Amino acid sequence: MPIEQNADGLKVWQKRNRREQFTHWASWFIGVAVFVVCWQQISESTTWFFVWDAPRIAGDILTRATPPKWEYITQLGEPIWDTLNIATLGTLLALFLAVPTAFLAARNTTPSKTFIRPLALLIIVSTRSINSLIWALLLIAIIGPGVFAGILAIAIRSIGFCAKLLYEAIEEIDHKQVEAITATGASRWQVMAYGIVPQIMPAFAGVAVFRWDINIRESTVLGLVGAGGIGLQLSSSLNVLAWPQVSLILIVILFAVVLSEWVSAKVRGAII
Amino acid sequence: MTTALNTKIGQPWRKPSFIKRAWLRWALGVSGVLYLIAAISSIEVNWSRVYEGLDRGAAFIMSFTRPDFVSRASDIWDGMLESLIMTVAASVVGILISIPIGLGAARNIAPLPVYLVCRSIVALSRALQEIIVAILLVAIFGFGPLAGFLTLSFATIGFLSKLLAEDIESMDRVQAEAIRATGAGWMQWINYGVQPQVMPRLIGLSMYRVDINFRESAILGLVGAGGIGATLNTAFDRYEFDTAAAILMIIIGIVMMLEYLSGVIRARVQ
Repeated sequence: MPIEQNADGLKVWQKRNRREQFTHWASWFIGVAVFVVCWQQISESTTWFFVWDAPRIAGDILTRATPPKWEYITQLGEPIWDTLNIATLGTLLALFLAVPTAFLAARNTTPSKTFIRPLALLIIVSTRSINSLIWALLLIAIIGPGVFAGILAIAIRSIGFCAKLLYEAIEEIDHKQVEAITATGASRWQVMAYGIVPQIMPAFAGVAVFRWDINIRESTVLGLVGAGGIGLQLSSSLNVLAWPQVSLILIVILFAVVLSEWVSAKVRGAII
Repeated sequence: MTTALNTKIGQPWRKPSFIKRAWLRWALGVSGVLYLIAAISSIEVNWSRVYEGLDRGAAFIMSFTRPDFVSRASDIWDGMLESLIMTVAASVVGILISIPIGLGAARNIAPLPVYLVCRSIVALSRALQEIIVAILLVAIFGFGPLAGFLTLSFATIGFLSKLLAEDIESMDRVQAEAIRATGAGWMQWINYGVQPQVMPRLIGLSMYRVDINFRESAILGLVGAGGIGATLNTAFDRYEFDTAAAILMIIIGIVMMLEYLSGVIRARVQ
């Protein structure tokens, strides 16, 4: 514990010793310097005139956007259905692909630690680090706009997320149960089905519902790049500056997000 | 016990199903199948268009073997730098703002009115998608990284404050009380009683959020909020897949690096 003597010869407790104090100070200094440089860059590429004008613009948009155009909701039924399908089918497809990936990536179930595990980890990292909107852009360039591209985008984006959580759950299983099943003379697949799967089933269900909830959020905006769902309506309303429609769509999206979060919390509460 | 055992003797063992109630299992199964039929039948897939696109898909995958970092080097560099700058600035500001809001959103240290205000800020920030916030902020503040910076800061607040508040709510009361018993003021109480308990997790979560912010900053450019997204969008629109592959590889590389870094930092503080 760092104790220093002051001028009167008394011992005073301090939180850090001198060396720690210095490194602490230096890291704060560097951090603040980096932040200031970043802020300077942002400030340089900003038209400050627009920023000073912002409160007026915001008020203007608000008056244009209220009241929401309620009768427009009749045209939102199909986009909402598409959004739900994109999220649900995308999650299902992702789970189909994530389960084998997770088994290949987990240290205790992978067939080969030197070849297959790094490959599975690469799939997990690369699908996870690219946003679903970027996947949607890419898929639209490849297979054309529409709901199908949205489903694939959501599915690809979710593989990494689900597989990562699943393989961590697989690595944390209790080995005694697996050993017990092995001791009965079970084959590799039987060990999998009776020793490992029951242990990760709750984690699997939790991950599935959790990801479904996130996917509902993400699929609401996929339409902005043309991948179907309610985002399509949002972007067309924004393009013609129909602010009352925009505000109604935002309300609907907000409602859907809150609802899906509630459903997912309920289901997870029931499972775990 | 013995009667329960006796009824089971002689009967073959069957794997217990995941959902115990039979009627619930059947109801869920049947409605699931019905939903799937309805959902799949409502999707229109233009298979000839998909088939035509397969060549382009193959071309894209092949382009990962020869990514083109050179011909759009200055655009990629500027966009990446802008993304990183937005990430750093937004993370710093977001974390700084989320600490007081996180303190306010913890029921065991904040009075009820403060708690309600902070919780509603958190709920609002969590319910709004980043890209939607970005659209609105671009409309208000004009194009450029400022809108992206504000979007990411706003999203950081919701994420970090909520997790920080939950961490504070589950902290050990005894330590905080010991500090209070020494006659510490409110700031000293927070500083010596609460902060040491939540600091490791706060640092870990902040690093994780930096990682998320970088990933999000890559798409904000699609709606004009600065960063690499605009360059990426242009590359896709012009079918310059080798440039797009280069950008994606850089993004994946930086995300992997950030993840590794946050793993190291988390291991050190915990």
